[in-house]
Amino acid sequence: MEQKMTRTTFVGGIHPYEGKELSKDKPILDILPGSDLVYPLSQHIGAPAVPIVKKGDRVLVGQKIAEAGGFVSACICSSVAGTVKAIEPRRVVTGDMVMSIIIENDNTYEEVEYPAVRPLEEMTKEEIISCVQEAGVVGMGGAGFPTHVKLSVKKPEKIDYVIVNCAECEPYLTSDYRRMIEEGDKILEGLKVALALFPNAKGVLAIEDNKPDCIELFKEKTVDESRILVRKLKTKYPQGAERSLIYAVTKRKLDSSRLPADVGCVVNNADTIVAIGQAVLHRKPLMERIVTITGDAIKEPRNFRVKIGTNYHELIEAAGGFKTEPEKIISGGPMMGFGVFELDLPTTKTASALVCLTKDEVSLLEPTACINCGRCLEVCPARLMPNKLSDFSAKHKEEEFIKYYGMECVECGCCSYVCPAKRYLAQNIKSMRKTVLSKRKK
Amino acid sequence: MNTLKKVSSNPHIRGKVTTNHLMLAVIIALLPACGFGIYNFGLGALWVILITVASTVLTELLYEIILKKPITIGDFSAVVTGILLALNLPVSVPWWICVIGGVFAILVVKMLFGGLGQNFMNPALAARCFLLISFTSIMTNFECDAYTGPTPLALLKQGEVTNVYDMVIGRCNGTIGETSMIAIVIGACFLLLLGVIDLRVPGTYLLSFVIFVGLWGPAGFDLQYISAQLAGGGLMLGAFFMATDYVTRPVTVKGQYVYGIFLGLLTFLFRIFGSSAEGVSYAIILGNLLVPLIEKYTRPMAFGKRRGM
Ligand code: SF4
Ligand code: SF4
Repeated sequence: MEQKMTRTTFVGGIHPYEGKELSKDKPILDILPGSDLVYPLSQHIGAPAVPIVKKGDRVLVGQKIAEAGGFVSACICSSVAGTVKAIEPRRVVTGDMVMSIIIENDNTYEEVEYPAVRPLEEMTKEEIISCVQEAGVVGMGGAGFPTHVKLSVKKPEKIDYVIVNCAECEPYLTSDYRRMIEEGDKILEGLKVALALFPNAKGVLAIEDNKPDCIELFKEKTVDESRILVRKLKTKYPQGAERSLIYAVTKRKLDSSRLPADVGCVVNNADTIVAIGQAVLHRKPLMERIVTITGDAIKEPRNFRVKIGTNYHELIEAAGGFKTEPEKIISGGPMMGFGVFELDLPTTKTASALVCLTKDEVSLLEPTACINCGRCLEVCPARLMPNKLSDFSAKHKEEEFIKYYGMECVECGCCSYVCPAKRYLAQNIKSMRKTVLSKRKK
Repeated sequence: MNTLKKVSSNPHIRGKVTTNHLMLAVIIALLPACGFGIYNFGLGALWVILITVASTVLTELLYEIILKKPITIGDFSAVVTGILLALNLPVSVPWWICVIGGVFAILVVKMLFGGLGQNFMNPALAARCFLLISFTSIMTNFECDAYTGPTPLALLKQGEVTNVYDMVIGRCNGTIGETSMIAIVIGACFLLLLGVIDLRVPGTYLLSFVIFVGLWGPAGFDLQYISAQLAGGGLMLGAFFMATDYVTRPVTVKGQYVYGIFLGLLTFLFRIFGSSAEGVSYAIILGNLLVPLIEKYTRPMAFGKRRGM
């Protein structure tokens, strides 16, 4: 679609070292997993999935091995053919032990027969959504919210923007970038599926301006698409955070009490939109994803197409192993990812990257007294007072914490990043949020 | 197991700017004013600066050694306090005034309230006000080798004409660091460019001061008079280096504007209606006391929150 190109953004945010040059120009490489694949039953937000196979069963590629545990949940499909070896607790990136299905790969990659594909035009909305649900698609940007829930909005005609989050604002990550460069058509395919659900919506590809080649590429690809626009975003972290992104694209504001659909938006990240397309147009379940293996400790940083369930050790090996012994390994991006203390972990639906750093700069920093400089307020995309909130957390002042909008924090980490006194602001705020949330559940 | 990695909560990277960097930047930004002070008043000014800095730093060090607390002089905030205090003293003060001022600033105003970040008054200014009250004649004795007459601001108050050009350059009487508007502005520009300070507080402060003086001052919007008011006394030093003190100014953006206007109003009242010609120090100290209140009422609205929800 014809369009003007102004750069849009949100208020706040930071410009960390990008580190994307390490893996940006490395094409996506398909890798095959080794013997054991691990599928945690909880790799999404909501109820854990329920196993429908038992030890000793033979399963095929694409076969459902665990059923969703409710509406807000997602099923899990095997990414290899083989035998169910065990169903037992295994460690995941958060450090928790999670009940998991372990499948021994027989390397045949025998596939199940996928249901017949029907033309998109003939499908009802319910059918489309149920395809997505049956494929076990979840938000692959990190949150892991079941996608069929996101797509099931009450008034689909009220949605006027379907936003594809191609910001990839986390440092080091290049998987979305490679996806756009190499498989842009798959993104457009998926977006068209999503648009089929929302008759009055425009599709927006929101891309940061540090990826001018992607912006050009999609502009070319979409000249004749009347319903799809490309939006250039300022390169700034956390441009890809849902509320910041919606504001940058539409200038609509929302807080935690409302959903994107309440302001007429549906947001999915690039990988997720591809999974939606695959699920509906090819009836293929979510079985693989693109993972960036990078960091200064990695010999050959690059992007891989990985079967979900693959062990992290194998990914590191595929990237040539370690150049130097890493001191810090992060699953996900350095701003919001999880620090992991071992590599014997499975790739899940939400694992976007492994960043291996030779130095753990954070552990060397001692927090000192707050000098009230105001930098944390300036960068907070939620416009909070992180200095005060962190203080309230440390002193367990729950009431004040809530009064100062602590529950609006999106846990982006900008405040901790920028604080000259190196205070653990985001960390304190996060733990207080956890306390409050768990109390609310009760 | 040697593959055990360090874990910690996100974010896993940090910006490069530290407290030390910020304090160092302020010290560098104060050097032009120090330099001009020494040039203007002679080597005596250097001694005042050195003795004051030594006493602030040593006070902090001794306090922490005696109470077995972590040593924090490495953050350079005591050096900043020392320099600021020295720049606010006349060159004629005896050495023990510097020491008393330094000890008071650090011990009473800063450490007893819990150290850096906990003090609610700017230590250098509080010490200056304490000295002014306790040793009024010494602190207002501007007789020195270089100059004999009263400060230009005092002349202005008596209704005499002052040489604005000399005041901008700084070739006039006053405390060590306040005379040269140019030297102060050069340092301030350095801090503005580095993003260490912004114009919110000093901008609103100076602007509102000009407006108040113009509207209700003795000379209206007389350019000569207003320029002399701006360049004279501690206004520039106060606006750019003391009103911007992180710890004692409101942290909220709206609060900073309110604070700036408040300082402008107080300075106007003290200078025009007060008994002395000078009023910046008292204005800022009073402003400091109001900061918690200002912060409380200027709490920002969270993103996307609607009023009343
Ligand atoms: S308070 Fe929360 S939302 Fe604001 S910068 Fe910190 S982590 Fe991000
Ligand atoms: S950034 Fe750090 S030092 Fe500055 S106000 Fe926030 S908590 Fe305090």
